[in-house]
Amino acid sequence: MSAAQWRRAMNGGLRHAAGSSGQPPVRVQASAVASGAAAVDPYADSDAPRWLKFLWRTLSARHVLTFGLALVFPFVATPFFTFQVAAQALVLGLIALSLTFLGGYGGIVSLAQMSVAGMAGYALAILGASSTPISLDWPWWLAVIFAVLIATVCATVIGWLSVRTEGIYTIMITLAFGVAFYYLALQNYTLFNGFQGFQKVYPPHVLGVNWRDPLPFYFLSLFWAMAGYFAVKWIVRTPFGVALQGVRDNPRRMAALGFNVVAHRVAAYAVAGFMAAIGGVLMVWYNGLITPGSVNTGWQINILVIAVLGGMRHPIGAFLGAIIFVLLQTFAIDLIDRERFNLVIGVVFLAIVLFSPDGLLGLWAKLRRRFGSDPSVTSPSHRQ
Amino acid sequence: MIEETTVKMTKRIWIHSVVGAATAAALTSVAWAQGAPVKIGVLATLEGPFAAGGADGMRGAELAIRQRGGVVAGRKIEMVRASSNANPDVAVNAVRKLVEQDKVDLVVGPLSGGEGIAVKDYSKTQPNMTFINGGSGAQATTLQNPSPNFFRFNTEGAQWMVGLGKAAVDKGYKRVMVIAEDYAFPYSQVQGFMSEFCRLGGKVPVKAWVPLGGKDYSSVIARIPKDVDALLVVLGGADAVNFLNQYEAAGGDKPMMGGSITVSQDVLNYRGKRRDSLVGTISAGPYADSFDGADWKAFVADYQKNYPVSAGGYPSPSLFALVYYTNMKAALDALEQVKGDLSGGQAKYREALSKLELKMPTGTVKLDSNRQAIGTTFVTEVVKDSKGDLTTRVLRKVDNVDQMLGMKREEFQMGSRDVPACP
Amino acid sequence: MKWGTRAWAWLLIGGPITLFSLWAIVDNPRLYFITLLNGLTLASLYFIVASGFTLVFGLMRNVNLAHGSLYLLGGYVGFFVAEKTGWWVLALAAGFLAAALAGLLLQTLILRHMQGQDLRQTMVTIGLSIVVADLLLWAFTAQVHQMDAPEWLQGPIRNIPLIKAYSAYRLSLLAAGIIIGVFLWWLLARTTVGAMIRAGVDDRQMLAASGVNVNLVFAVTFMLGAGLAGLGGVIGAVELSMVPGEDTRLLLASLIVVIVGGMGSVVGAALGAVILGLAETYGLAYAPTYSVVFTFVILILVLAFRPRGILGKPA
Repeated sequence: MSAAQWRRAMNGGLRHAAGSSGQPPVRVQASAVASGAAAVDPYADSDAPRWLKFLWRTLSARHVLTFGLALVFPFVATPFFTFQVAAQALVLGLIALSLTFLGGYGGIVSLAQMSVAGMAGYALAILGASSTPISLDWPWWLAVIFAVLIATVCATVIGWLSVRTEGIYTIMITLAFGVAFYYLALQNYTLFNGFQGFQKVYPPHVLGVNWRDPLPFYFLSLFWAMAGYFAVKWIVRTPFGVALQGVRDNPRRMAALGFNVVAHRVAAYAVAGFMAAIGGVLMVWYNGLITPGSVNTGWQINILVIAVLGGMRHPIGAFLGAIIFVLLQTFAIDLIDRERFNLVIGVVFLAIVLFSPDGLLGLWAKLRRRFGSDPSVTSPSHRQ
Repeated sequence: MIEETTVKMTKRIWIHSVVGAATAAALTSVAWAQGAPVKIGVLATLEGPFAAGGADGMRGAELAIRQRGGVVAGRKIEMVRASSNANPDVAVNAVRKLVEQDKVDLVVGPLSGGEGIAVKDYSKTQPNMTFINGGSGAQATTLQNPSPNFFRFNTEGAQWMVGLGKAAVDKGYKRVMVIAEDYAFPYSQVQGFMSEFCRLGGKVPVKAWVPLGGKDYSSVIARIPKDVDALLVVLGGADAVNFLNQYEAAGGDKPMMGGSITVSQDVLNYRGKRRDSLVGTISAGPYADSFDGADWKAFVADYQKNYPVSAGGYPSPSLFALVYYTNMKAALDALEQVKGDLSGGQAKYREALSKLELKMPTGTVKLDSNRQAIGTTFVTEVVKDSKGDLTTRVLRKVDNVDQMLGMKREEFQMGSRDVPACP
Repeated sequence: MKWGTRAWAWLLIGGPITLFSLWAIVDNPRLYFITLLNGLTLASLYFIVASGFTLVFGLMRNVNLAHGSLYLLGGYVGFFVAEKTGWWVLALAAGFLAAALAGLLLQTLILRHMQGQDLRQTMVTIGLSIVVADLLLWAFTAQVHQMDAPEWLQGPIRNIPLIKAYSAYRLSLLAAGIIIGVFLWWLLARTTVGAMIRAGVDDRQMLAASGVNVNLVFAVTFMLGAGLAGLGGVIGAVELSMVPGEDTRLLLASLIVVIVGGMGSVVGAALGAVILGLAETYGLAYAPTYSVVFTFVILILVLAFRPRGILGKPA
């Protein structure tokens, strides 16, 4: 019996057992390599719809607090901070989140996420409106949909080609993809307009609002960042997500159980590509332009730095890393020579990788373990 | 009784102190408003490929400020630095920080061509701020969709090559091969050369566009046809030395013509066997090391005094120092003209800038209707001096070079890979 | 691979190449053969640098993405020594030693403690490369540094049959590449040291048990690999000049060479270097706009269909 049939049988059987009263069945752990304790679901017997129960399960005080702060922030901070620091951090965080998802939950470290974002950005510039004659001037919603679609398809292709590699080889082949795309954008003039790139790629005026103004753009980025965050949290609890984590931990055993390892990995690439594509559209709208310099090797490594800085064990790590990165980038020239900005970032990154491979979240967990009293919350094997 | 007196006294003291404080406040506020420092943001590429040029650009801008003693129209000048790395998105972020976070009064910058276009687009969203160019030299910045508050007091890449075409024909070069890097600045340089050269009957059979950053010219050298008279090499100085090395090693022997940044100190210090064949290389640009003008000599001396080699300066100011100096000087001269008055959305200031006749070390500069400079170009030639070292001398000085290069607007086409063409 | 599939592969790859060569030779034979020589000499430079990388990864499973920084370090040190003393050979030695020393420090202080954690090594060396690149930029500024070839190698060799003249320095590069390749092969296959290195990779415990100081052997190997990168830096400084950014370029080139050829195989590195060098130079000569994309397409195709490289050994 294949794993899928087994799962269906288990869930179907319970559904029959629960009767036709519409009571949802108890969630079953799909694979034999469940990481962490079996989920005890306090809301199992209630009548509320599934999404509401999901929210009740996931949200806690700190979530509500953060959300409240994020909502209030633009009204107390200057437009500069809202736009250049906060919105940029959210957009970069979304792209880094795709890497965190792939790396933390899929075990695949891909350096091509920024390139996928760049592909979406370029597609949007080419299909939509810009100041270059090459642009096709499609209506914005059509251009956005196609841009995201094209980038996701490209991410899937990258995934399919990279799927049989592992570890360092994956890093190298995705780096190669990224560099190839950079040179393609740099040297092709008919489609990508070479070194100059595309200028004046702005978000549209919709519902009487100019979405590039600091406040609307901040809320747009916040919406998509939250969507990405909750999407990741939801996906890792679905059968697909848990199977993916199983593939990360022990691919041979999963294959022996009947799971299609290659399909799971390619699907992970596709999901991450979709997130990066949305981040890419937002990034182009933030910058108002896209050039080969936006997708060069430096940026590919920056996204890795952001993801590792925050910690790849939890989706919030990507946003933490992004905030720190943007703050350093913006204010380094006031504190130290802007010229040595790379040195500071490099040293910080090095320190974190040497002493706390789980990034800032790992540091935080270690501190809590040292001074806190609740081991279950901070146990390193507990993935949440 | 005593309470009454005390109250009266207190009241008197109170009134006196209030009046005194008010007067003091009024006096100081007037004085303060008059002497309120003017913050000028300066953006240059302090990281990345043009880092050395960016540092010299900062020095040039600082020199213009130092020449005025740090004060303009009674106001102290505060220079706020920002850095980019030749990437347009980094440049826009840096400018946005200058304008919205550091709250500068005007911006001088950026350095590279692609950044210039992006900053020009940003300037349209800040109509009450004045942006003056730093060093960027792309044609499109002021030719396509110019911005009403972006001013450029330096001539651009194509203007820098005016006069070279005629000099090439005078030397007897009828067929020339072009070797240049594949991006906007070399396109405009080649366009500036070819529009004159082709009009005078010259032919360019092959244009070899080298990918940016490439250092291996062996393939390009292998493609040089046997029947060209000279090579027009539009590469940076250091890349030109690489090219010369590889060309000499491959047994080549054709004379060379240089773009504006090609015949630099690196090339003049070339120690290979072909050194002597470099004598007679012609080139063109916005300045010449050996120019005899009094203003130029004073500028060079001033630069060398303020930034000796021991403190990190170059032996002689580079192109970047000159253009940043020019633009900053224009900013300060116009500020002096309006007596430091930047009120009313800086409208009066911009008016003064548009009409400014700037006296800079190589001549006078005026602005055209797109706020682009009309200036002077020098055609130079490499000669050997009495000590046997290579240096340049001025062949010809061309004044009043405008962005249309003397052509009619209908005839003019912006430089690109295939335009102009005369095979 | 069955004989049938093998024949098909040869046909698919060899066919277009033969057709192209026939066309090019008829069209412009001088260009074709000069490009051939250019490609082989560039391949030699890539081989010298990449052999160090494959030595370190293939044998010791140490991922060293700071390899490009070692190249840059060796080049700058060599340039500095050449300026001061005027002796090119001294500069070569200085570049080799500086990089070897840096490699030794890297291996003993950092990588030794992370044996087996591929991903962590990758991240640490990436961080190190960022830091080293910025330190070198600080010390030497962004100015381009050119080194002159020694007097006896300057200028062209004339009177070659079809090509007429070719750079003596580039030909010496080809000779250097061959000499180093033979030396490495001899070291690994025919000497005791080489046997110890190979044994240590196969079974570290056993080698230690037989009384060999395994840490010393590995340190020496890493030094050799790093030194080769530094040597490549000095050699490349003459041909391609030293500028920030060369480290990423050479690192990518080494990665491609080693991946295409197969990790851990010196013959594979030679094969990969030849493929990369020829592809890059022919691309530059005949289709300059897409030459770089072309090389990466080759890499991607190889990785997609032979994930361990053409001559790679399984882990």
